[in-house]
Amino acid sequence: MKEYTYTEKKDTRSGFGAGLLELGRTNPNVVALCADLVGSLKMGDFIKENPERFFQIGIAEANMMGIAAGLTIGGKIPYTGTFANFSTGRVYDQIRQSIAYSNKNVKICASHAGLTLGEDGATHQILEDIGMMKMLPGMTVINPCDYNQTKAATIAIADYEGPVYLRFGRPVVPIFTPADQKFEIGKAVMLNEGTDVTIIATGHLVWKAILAGKILEEKGISAEIINIHTIKPFDTEAVLKSIAKTGCVVSAEEHNRIGGLGDSVAQALVTTKPAPQEYVAVNDSFGESATPEELMEKYGLTENDIVAAAQRAISRKG
Amino acid sequence: MNPHNKSIEELKQTASQVRRDIVRMVHAVNSGHPGGSLGCTDYLVSLYFKVMNYSTDFKMDGKGEDLFFLSNGHISPVFYSVLARAGYFDVAELATFRKLNSRLQGHPTTHEGLPGVRISSGSLGQGLSVAIGAAQAKKLNGDDSLVYVLMGDGELEEGQVWEAAMYAPHNKVDNLIATVDRNGQQIDGSTEEVLSLGDLRAKFEAFGWNVMETNGNSFETLLPTLDQAKAATGQGKPIIILMDTEMGFGVDFMMGSHKWHGVAPNDEQLEIALQQLAVDVASDY
Repeated sequence: MKEYTYTEKKDTRSGFGAGLLELGRTNPNVVALCADLVGSLKMGDFIKENPERFFQIGIAEANMMGIAAGLTIGGKIPYTGTFANFSTGRVYDQIRQSIAYSNKNVKICASHAGLTLGEDGATHQILEDIGMMKMLPGMTVINPCDYNQTKAATIAIADYEGPVYLRFGRPVVPIFTPADQKFEIGKAVMLNEGTDVTIIATGHLVWKAILAGKILEEKGISAEIINIHTIKPFDTEAVLKSIAKTGCVVSAEEHNRIGGLGDSVAQALVTTKPAPQEYVAVNDSFGESATPEELMEKYGLTENDIVAAAQRAISRKG
Repeated sequence: MNPHNKSIEELKQTASQVRRDIVRMVHAVNSGHPGGSLGCTDYLVSLYFKVMNYSTDFKMDGKGEDLFFLSNGHISPVFYSVLARAGYFDVAELATFRKLNSRLQGHPTTHEGLPGVRISSGSLGQGLSVAIGAAQAKKLNGDDSLVYVLMGDGELEEGQVWEAAMYAPHNKVDNLIATVDRNGQQIDGSTEEVLSLGDLRAKFEAFGWNVMETNGNSFETLLPTLDQAKAATGQGKPIIILMDTEMGFGVDFMMGSHKWHGVAPNDEQLEIALQQLAVDVASDY
């Protein structure tokens, strides 16, 4: 198992803030919009340097999506910022018509995604957003795993023409990807080569997949670990190549098991060469109030859940 | 510079031609929305043949041009006819309205690349926000041209409209001229029956808009109001025109009722309508 260490933990939303700050300095077309969550989205540094390129919308997310669509018509590259729930479910039709169907170059940046938002509870813990966004024709869906990757993704999407959903979170998590790693939209990142089982993880579950890989190694199981930061377009080739080698797969995500990463993996498999797959995901339920750690434990999203899923997947191999 | 800059007499002729297009388009596919289209014909003809500065050489970013957004996308027949007659695309293409593989979708979209259309609309309540964004982009770009947007009055029942209505005055989006097609009708009946709009002037004034009122079916009244609206831009307030129109205007049996909101005329009704919309038939598409 390849060694992954970290010296620092940070929240992925701070990676977004850092990326936005850099874009403010390098790309004059980038503008930012926020629906009364500037602090939570870490947009303060961008605003300080570029007050004329920031639009405070107030608590009006539908209006924010429309204004963002309109700004693109003058050649701007708008980054909208609010919680994942208010970035997607609350404004699905605005995104659908004014952004996706209209093919507008809006970057929908969503923080506090998933259970790890914690104590605020299920009203704010969206677990359906990846599914909603990936179903929209033409939408790119990105869910990076740590501070460095979120910063890199934030910067990279400015150079891509088209609507993007960028999902990140609230808690501090280990920084283990290289600060200088180039972010390539739609390209899976191989974290560890293995032979017995493929673990495909996204977002906060990537670090947990690495922890799971170490536990599996102690049990004599060799896990191949892939960081799939882009859910759409999906790197089908990398995923199928790995599973062809290992013969089974675990998908791991902080999302409902319906409609998320796992279903993208399953679709790739059933339309080519089926293989045993186990899901590590929330089992079609809402979340609740508690600490992020307690919630990840209760809803089955820990490294131990990945280990158990890997063992089940291996046992189902023909 | 408006590429046509027509006189009132010429505008009336053009409006009559556009109305012929509308009834023929919806008749041909037995679907579409003639009522609101006929009511808003004089407004769209005024913008595209007299008031707005634009080029028919379509560029999405529209830098240096006045922009128009149609928020109540169901009145696509009038929009398509006016765009074609203004020179954005060949009028013959109006015959493809609502047919398979057409750029003239039931509701307007950028998806098929139709020149003149900058946003998809149809799901109501979104156009004012989009227009505000486009207007703010113009300010960032140092572009002093204007942004126009048309909404239906029933559309004001959508909450997003009021989010946008609160935002524009707060942010002094004063390069924006919004218009409400106040025909008093929506699908299920009159706006007063379905969900009364109340005193729209007082409502928009309370939100901080510069409110004007006009008759949208009289060029003699409408053109001076549009001039007045233009003159009021750049003064710190967004402008909204409450424009009274009659649904179905120009075709007597379609007027005064919500019944022709989304119904096409049959063969016989089409003939009667065309007789009332006298214009040189040689210029029909």
